[in-house]
Amino acid sequence: MSAVVVEARGLGRDYRVGGGLLREGRVVHALAEASFSVEAGRTLAVVGESGCGKSTLARLVTMIEEPTSGRLEIDGIEARPQSWAKLRSRVQIVFQDPYGSLNPRQRVGAILAEPLVVNRRGGAGERAARVAALMDLVGLRPEHRERYPHMFSGGQRQRIAIARALVLEPRLLVLDEPVSALDVSIRSQILNLLIELQERLGLAYLFISHDLSVVRHVADAVMVMYLGRTVEAGPKEELFRRPRHPYSKALLSATPVADPRARPERIRLEGELPSPLAVPPGCPFAPRCWKVRAVCREVRPALEGDAHRVACHFPEEG
Amino acid sequence: MPLLQVRNLTVEFATAAGPFRAVDGVDLEVEPGEVLAIVGESGSGKSVAMLAVMGLLPWTATVSADELSFDGQDLRRLTPRARRRLVGKDMAMIFQEPMSSLNPCFTVGFQVEEVLAEHLRLDRRARHRRAIELLEQVGIPAPEERLAAFPHQLSGGMCQRVMIAIAIACRPRLLIADEPTTALDVTIQAQILALLADLQAETGMALILITHDMGVVAETARRVSVHYAGQKVEDQPVLELFERPRHPYTAALLAALPERATTRILPTIPGVVPGQHDRPAGCLFAPRCSRADQLCRTVPPPVLPPEQGRARCHHPLGSGAPEAAPAGAAPSGAPP
Repeated sequence: MSAVVVEARGLGRDYRVGGGLLREGRVVHALAEASFSVEAGRTLAVVGESGCGKSTLARLVTMIEEPTSGRLEIDGIEARPQSWAKLRSRVQIVFQDPYGSLNPRQRVGAILAEPLVVNRRGGAGERAARVAALMDLVGLRPEHRERYPHMFSGGQRQRIAIARALVLEPRLLVLDEPVSALDVSIRSQILNLLIELQERLGLAYLFISHDLSVVRHVADAVMVMYLGRTVEAGPKEELFRRPRHPYSKALLSATPVADPRARPERIRLEGELPSPLAVPPGCPFAPRCWKVRAVCREVRPALEGDAHRVACHFPEEG
Repeated sequence: MPLLQVRNLTVEFATAAGPFRAVDGVDLEVEPGEVLAIVGESGSGKSVAMLAVMGLLPWTATVSADELSFDGQDLRRLTPRARRRLVGKDMAMIFQEPMSSLNPCFTVGFQVEEVLAEHLRLDRRARHRRAIELLEQVGIPAPEERLAAFPHQLSGGMCQRVMIAIAIACRPRLLIADEPTTALDVTIQAQILALLADLQAETGMALILITHDMGVVAETARRVSVHYAGQKVEDQPVLELFERPRHPYTAALLAALPERATTRILPTIPGVVPGQHDRPAGCLFAPRCSRADQLCRTVPPPVLPPEQGRARCHHPLGSGAPEAAPAGAAPSGAPP
């Protein structure tokens, strides 16, 4: 079971913004020094607010973009542009918006067969059989094959998107906010489907979400990101029970709890996320942290620890 | 006397495929200073009902009601001029997308002062002072400088604060917040909700919070009204609703929350919300309800008395001993 599907070491991605012919642009470190690994059948959740680099991470892991630093391995093979073609079918992605990620002019059958056509897998008969098997797997009925995406509800469309991601038998699914656009009653259907598929197919999940109650339900391990950097990472139970980074603690306490009797001690964070263009020189969280001291503003804390890692000069008691 | 009284509100839209009933016989009462949450999934008509109260629906909508009154004034009979004097002054509304609710062509200061100029007899200098005061009140740092900023120069959270400043500019007696934090990050959401709660306590205005997030409901509201497919299906104080939901839909909705889950596979509600062409004859929730019988499928259910949460149901929960939530516990099989 414990085959490592994806391993990243010191992964980073910079973007150059602005600038022109004569003027140097500025550099945004959208993602810096991300290190993690996901085993088959396990789920790593990436949580954080906008601008924390989680979407950039998804683009690197799915090999849409090349990292500017660090190393990414899929199934033990280093992912470099030369090896992308071979590896890409092993990593697939499901997006947040099932309305925007399906071609409205294709029928469901064609949507699901397209990855096979593009990758020249099998003849027409085999493709049709594979499509039928997948539709059954995700709970779509055979007659849905001839329908167009607009004829489905949001939940059904997300099923189509999941089926499409599974066509090439990937080892890793990147799930980019897969249930955020869905209603509560539909959300649980899709979460159940994802859990069942993982158990049945031994998939590794990289689950990107901002909804901590969902993360708590599906994840095995959690990585908390802030302004492109990992601030805390560890096993789910431990991280939820005893968050050690002040930001993780604030994030957990800010999440509304569906229990009117619970009056949680809320840590109210002052201020807003700084622009990724102007990440503070020391700890990125220092300007909003209530425990900040002089050293935090000058020295960037390293991510330290074994199973439960935290990047903070003054972590909470673990 | 209730501040807002709505009886049997129905809104129909004329569509190419025939009339579509978005709101179906909704009753609502809001007392002065009350905090009411309206919960429902997409298509439950929760926003449309409030837009109807505000008079903000397009001409394709037909609004009818037995009673629709604000502070004793009949909203159905208001002339457009009288309505414009009321809306934005005594009742105000904020929306989900703060970025697109503000006009990108004008400064924040202009937009805050515009509502002051429209409704209050203040001169230019007094308006400017009041605008600074308002931005301060909603927690915007350096308000004097921010007045000259355009919306694109502010973050989403700041824009929502500006929207709230505009909404409370004339000290409204009713503020309707339509998913005010859905587009915002979690830590910013906590800030905005705390701000709304503080303002509500400070000014004593009534607050209607439209949301789909049960967590937000539990922490903010005192009374909750649950909507499904255009109808109100339950209306209870927040503690009772979470502890003893009466309508099977409410119970199933609560059971489907991951944080309440006890098993890895979550309880689900099979099926989907009925659309324009497959509205059931009886109870609208019957096709998805585990308690439904022949009666539910044929006869629309009555609205039960307040002791039973005003549930619109033939077979409400918890009439006797406490029962387990009746969510169709089938793991995500193929929905119809």
